[in-house]
Amino acid sequence: MIPPGAIDCDVHVTVPSVRDLLPYMEPYWREHVERRGLERENLDTSAYPPGAAINARPDWKLPKGPAGGSLQALQAHILDPLAPEFAICNVIHGAQMIFSEDLSLALCRAINNWLAAEWLDRDPRLRASIVVPPHSPDLAAEEVERLAGDRRFVQVLLLAMAEVPLGRRFMWPLYRVAEKHGLPIGVHAGSSFRHPPSAGGWGSLYLEDYVSFAQGHAAALNSLLAEGVFQKFPDLRVVLIESGVTWLPASMWRFNKTWRGVRAEVPWLNRLPSDIVRERVRLTAQPFDTPPDAASMLRILEQFGSDEMLLFATDYPHWHYDGDEVLPAGLPPDLVRKITRDNPLATYPRLKQEQTR
Amino acid sequence: MNVTLRDPRIERPAQQHLGFVDCDVHPFFRTPADFDPFLSAHWREHRQSIGNRSRAGLARTSMYPRMSPGNGMRGDSWPKTGGPPGSDLAMMREQLLDLFDVKAGLLAPLVGGAAAERNVEFGAAMAVAVNEWQCAAFCDPEPRLKGSVQITLEHEQSAIAEIEARAGDRRFCQVNIPPRGLEPLGRHRYRRILAACAAAGFPISLHLGGTGGHPSTGGGWPSFYHEEHPSYVQSMESLVVSLVCEGVFEELPDLKVVMVEGGFAWLPSLAWRLDKHWKRLKAEAPSLKRAPSEYIRDHFWVTTQPMEEPERAEDMLQTIEWIGPDRIMFSTDYPHWDQDDPRYAFKVRLPDDWARMIYRENAQALYRLD
Repeated sequence: MIPPGAIDCDVHVTVPSVRDLLPYMEPYWREHVERRGLERENLDTSAYPPGAAINARPDWKLPKGPAGGSLQALQAHILDPLAPEFAICNVIHGAQMIFSEDLSLALCRAINNWLAAEWLDRDPRLRASIVVPPHSPDLAAEEVERLAGDRRFVQVLLLAMAEVPLGRRFMWPLYRVAEKHGLPIGVHAGSSFRHPPSAGGWGSLYLEDYVSFAQGHAAALNSLLAEGVFQKFPDLRVVLIESGVTWLPASMWRFNKTWRGVRAEVPWLNRLPSDIVRERVRLTAQPFDTPPDAASMLRILEQFGSDEMLLFATDYPHWHYDGDEVLPAGLPPDLVRKITRDNPLATYPRLKQEQTR
Repeated sequence: MNVTLRDPRIERPAQQHLGFVDCDVHPFFRTPADFDPFLSAHWREHRQSIGNRSRAGLARTSMYPRMSPGNGMRGDSWPKTGGPPGSDLAMMREQLLDLFDVKAGLLAPLVGGAAAERNVEFGAAMAVAVNEWQCAAFCDPEPRLKGSVQITLEHEQSAIAEIEARAGDRRFCQVNIPPRGLEPLGRHRYRRILAACAAAGFPISLHLGGTGGHPSTGGGWPSFYHEEHPSYVQSMESLVVSLVCEGVFEELPDLKVVMVEGGFAWLPSLAWRLDKHWKRLKAEAPSLKRAPSEYIRDHFWVTTQPMEEPERAEDMLQTIEWIGPDRIMFSTDYPHWDQDDPRYAFKVRLPDDWARMIYRENAQALYRLD
C-alpha cells in the first residue's frame, strides 16, 4: 500500500459523450456541434481505444459507458481505498486532435468547464490539467489565461506527438503563459497521428503504437532540450506522463553524447542535457516498464541519479497493475515517500500553496 | 599551454584491440561516375540527367547538415590524392585496417541512393551497380573487406533476384536494408524479401539513415541535427517492435537481424516495455508464441558505435549483461566524425572473455568469417 497523503499524478477522466459537453458550450458552438451531429459521437482517439484491454482494468469497467467516466467509480476504485490527498485528472480527448483550431478550442473549453463543474466541484481531492488545442499555441495560451485563476487547475496538458516537435518556437507562447502561472507542462503519452508513429511509417498493431509512445516522449524531450525551452523559460517544469520511465537513463546518455559532439549547433544549450533533465523534468511512475528482477530495478533507479524525478500515479483506469500493487515492485521505502508525496508537491507549486494555506 | 590529457582510468593493453572485426566501415566513391561502368547506357544517361530522387527537399545535401564537411566526415580522413573520405583504399588501410590489424571490415555503402530511390527501376539498377562497385573497388583488391548486398526494398522482384544472385558469394556477408522506409519492415509486403535473405543465409543489416519521407519523429520534423542524431535510436526501436510484433520470426526462424550505428543501451528497456504491454494486448498479436524479449534475444545483434556513454562508466557492464555479450559486435563507423576508436570507445574495462566476443568472436560466428 501507499503512505497517507499521497498525490496521484495521473488519473484519467473520460468524457462519456460530446452530448455531455453541450451545457458547457457557448450557444454558437452548441448549435454548431448539433448541426454537424457531433453530439452523437464521443470523439474517441486512435491513441487510446477504450475497448483495448490495456486501457480499462477489468474490475474498473463500468456497467454503462467508458471506463473513467464516473466520479462515483473513481471514488470507489481510487480515492477512497488509496486515500490520496490529491488526484490530478487528465483528459485525453479528440478535442485535442481536431484540425480546426476553433472547433478544437471550443471543445477543449467545454471539457475544462465540465471538469470544473462535474468533477472538481464535487470532490475536493480532485485537481486537473487544462486541456488545450496543442496545434494552436495562441488559442491554447488564451485558454490557460482564462482558467489560471482557478487554482484547482495545476498543469497544462499536451500529447507527446502532435503537429510539430514540442520544443519548436511556434509553441513558446503557450509555455510563456504556463510559466507565468506556475503551471508545469504535462506531456502525456500518445499521438494525434499527424505523422506516423515512427520515421519508418505506419505499423500494424495497437501494441506497436503503444510501445512507440515511449519513443515519442524521448523525441519530445529531445526537442525541448535542443530548442532551448529550459533556458528560455527558467521556471518551467515538464512532466512526462505515462511514458514508461525505464527508457530515460539510456536516452540521457545518448543526449549527452550527442551534445558533446554537436553542441555548436545549439549554442544556447549550455549545460549537460542530463543535468537539465534532472532539474526540470519529472515522470509519472505508471507504467514503469520494470526489468524482470529486483537487482536490475535498483540499478535503473541508481541510473536516474536523482530521487526527485518520479511521481506517483495510478494511471486509472488503464490496466498496468492488479489489486493494490500500484507501486512498482522493488522501490526502497525512502523513495516511496518521495515519489508519493514530496516530489509531486515540489513539482506542482499550486498543490504546495494549498498545503501551506 | 596545450596539454594532452589522458584519462587515467583508461588503461588497457593494445593487444585486446588488435585483430578485431569492424562491423561498420563506410566506403565512398571518388566521383558518381565510378558507378557508370556497371550501369546500362540508359541508366547511365538517367543518372547524369535526372539523378537520384528521394523523398526530401534537398537533392544531394542532407536535410540535417552534419557538423563537419563531407556530410560528417572525420577531419583527417580526406585523402591527399583527392576524392572524399572512404574513397581511397590505401588510406583506409593506413587509418583502420593496418593500424589495428583488422581481421575483417563489414562495408556499409551508403552511396548510390538505391535504397530511397523513388524511381524503383533506377533504384534496382543502382543497387546492382553499387554491389559490383563494392567488389571492384574494395572487396577484390582487399579481401579483408566484406560487402553488404544493396537492394531496393520497393522493387521486390529485383531485390529477391539480387539476394539470390549474391547467395554463396563469400565476398558478401549480409543484406543492407534502410531502417527508414515507406512502411515498417515487419509488414507483410516485405516478407518475401526477408525470406529470401534467410534462405540465402544472409543476416539483414539495418544501418541507420535513409528517408522514407516520414518525419524523423512521431511528433514531426525536428529542427537540428542535434535531434536527428538521437532520433535514429527511435527508428531502430520501431524496427525491433515491428519485426517482433508482426510475428516475422515465427515465420522465418532463421532470420538474423543486425542493427548498425544505432548504439544499443536502449534495447533492454525496450524489451521490458514490449513484454509488459504485450501481456495486456497479446490477443491482438496471436502469431507471437513467446514473449517479445525472447525473439529479441534470439534474433537481434547490435553494433557498438555510437556507443552510449553511461554517466557511471561501470554501468556499461550491466547494459551488456542485459543484452547478452554474445549479441554485441564492435564497429568503428570509419570515416565518420563520430568514429569510435577500439582503444577508447569503452570507458570501462571489459572482462577478457567479453572483449574477445565483442571485438571478434560474435561477428566471426554470425558472418561465418574464417
